[in-house]
Amino acid sequence: MNTSSHYDVAIIGAGMAGLAAGIRLAHFGKRVCIFERHNAVGGLNSFYAIDGRKYDVGLHAMTNWVPPGTKGTPLGKLLRQLRIEREEFALHPQKRSRIAFGPAGETSLTFTNDFAVLEAEVAQKFPAQIDGFRALVALVRAYDDVSLDAKPESARALVRRHVTDPLLEDMLFCPVMYYGSATERDMEFGQFVIMFKALFLEGFARPLDGVRVILRVLLEKYRHAGGERRMKCGVRRILTSAGRADRLVLDDGTEVTATHVLSTIGAAETERLSVEAAVPGASHPVGRLSYCETITVLNRPPAALGWGEDTIVFFNDSARFAYEQTAGPVDARSGVICLPNNFAYPDGADLPEGLFRCTCLANYDHWTGLPGEAAYQAEKQRWYGEIQRSALRFLPPLPAPDALGRATVATDMFTPRTITKFTGHLGGAIYGSPVKIRDGRTPLANVYLAGTDQGFLGIVGAMLSGISMANFHVLAAKG
Amino acid sequence: MTKDACKQIVLDIIADIAPDEDLSNLKPDVRLRDQMQLDSMDFLDIVMELRKQHGIEVPEADYIHLASLDSCADYLTPKFEALGK
Repeated sequence: MNTSSHYDVAIIGAGMAGLAAGIRLAHFGKRVCIFERHNAVGGLNSFYAIDGRKYDVGLHAMTNWVPPGTKGTPLGKLLRQLRIEREEFALHPQKRSRIAFGPAGETSLTFTNDFAVLEAEVAQKFPAQIDGFRALVALVRAYDDVSLDAKPESARALVRRHVTDPLLEDMLFCPVMYYGSATERDMEFGQFVIMFKALFLEGFARPLDGVRVILRVLLEKYRHAGGERRMKCGVRRILTSAGRADRLVLDDGTEVTATHVLSTIGAAETERLSVEAAVPGASHPVGRLSYCETITVLNRPPAALGWGEDTIVFFNDSARFAYEQTAGPVDARSGVICLPNNFAYPDGADLPEGLFRCTCLANYDHWTGLPGEAAYQAEKQRWYGEIQRSALRFLPPLPAPDALGRATVATDMFTPRTITKFTGHLGGAIYGSPVKIRDGRTPLANVYLAGTDQGFLGIVGAMLSGISMANFHVLAAKG
Repeated sequence: MTKDACKQIVLDIIADIAPDEDLSNLKPDVRLRDQMQLDSMDFLDIVMELRKQHGIEVPEADYIHLASLDSCADYLTPKFEALGK
């Protein structure tokens, strides 16, 4: 065997999960290499530049923010396990966020990183529901959401036991689903709990320079621990023998061997590497939920347009909130607005320009089936306008009808096609398959899943997934 | 290797794993878990760091001996001595 191409652990994908797993394994002396097909790290939470401007792909906000000194939460676990000082992430908390429902956002719930604010809002706007809401929160707090063998239960059914007003129910599900659910209409209750805690009981924060800061810290730790990585070089095939991964064939045609393989690219995507005739969705359903996002760069901070208070706004204009694959190109009835300038940056620091981002559900087949690049660009332009028009209904009115247009200096938009480019997910599935594999096992004895399809959600969840699977399958494994 | 030196080694590892914990008032005879937020992930790290930094192996069946600083010292000091430390 050529020892130079043998690793203790080969990690497929340099997203949050792969990097976090890599840090753990390299720190404890394993010979590790991360193979990443894309030219940038981060996977879904990556970044790019156009005309010298920096854009983030996924990250609106890092969830799971807790004040310094808070013990026993995912952020603290993550920092400990990766030996990261809290200051290194340089997180700044949100100002406030809102859930705005109705054709012009008539019913609105404000929330901040102080849970008492949301509780008071529910008590004021839904007085008949507050006892049920408190009972639901008690259930969420008591739930063991990191158990690797919990029985799946319907979140809608459990929430309805306590919250009987469908409007409040939908308003609670909207942020939780948009920020992490791969399942249409309903969620597994454990996943609901993870996201409810991450968004409402904990909170939002962001480094001034966005996701790059997080990735820089992870890469530095990984390098320092002795981990290797190969960029623009994915794994093309997993060659198997006696139910184990025997060799990995890389995109450049070379082969490497590894004692363990940790795949962060998704369950169906991993299966396709090893099973010659794998039919997508046959053993692992391919996710059906994909997004478009518009990004508008402004020559002034959003506050100058009267939008200085909201960090994130989750909106829906219809009688019920429909979190499901849309038949049309985009479902602009609901969505998420993010104003990255509106975090509490210290000493008046702010981003160099204003940013206004809107996310809506979109149909992968439509966006990948357009006849040619010109049609794709034209469709982007059309839906950029539609999404922005829809979102504007839920923000404070502009000082003049053309104020936004005059403040706009650049625009961009990502579509389901972009998501597949950055993540490799089949179907542009933003959060992967609706069926999660909590113990990370695959039919191959030495291949494990981490990341999206293992099922810890959000950015912090993704990193904890990499950590947990590295611990469980490699570091704590017998022999 | 004295038991106090062994305790200090364990304390150094905990300080490295959990820099956000105050270790100045730890009682040596009380379970670590009862005085600090240490979960099973953290205990795994104590074991892993003992192996990485000092070449000491703690089999899973013996994790129970790492409950308090005193029990750590009782269990680990002979292992350090066996390595000539």
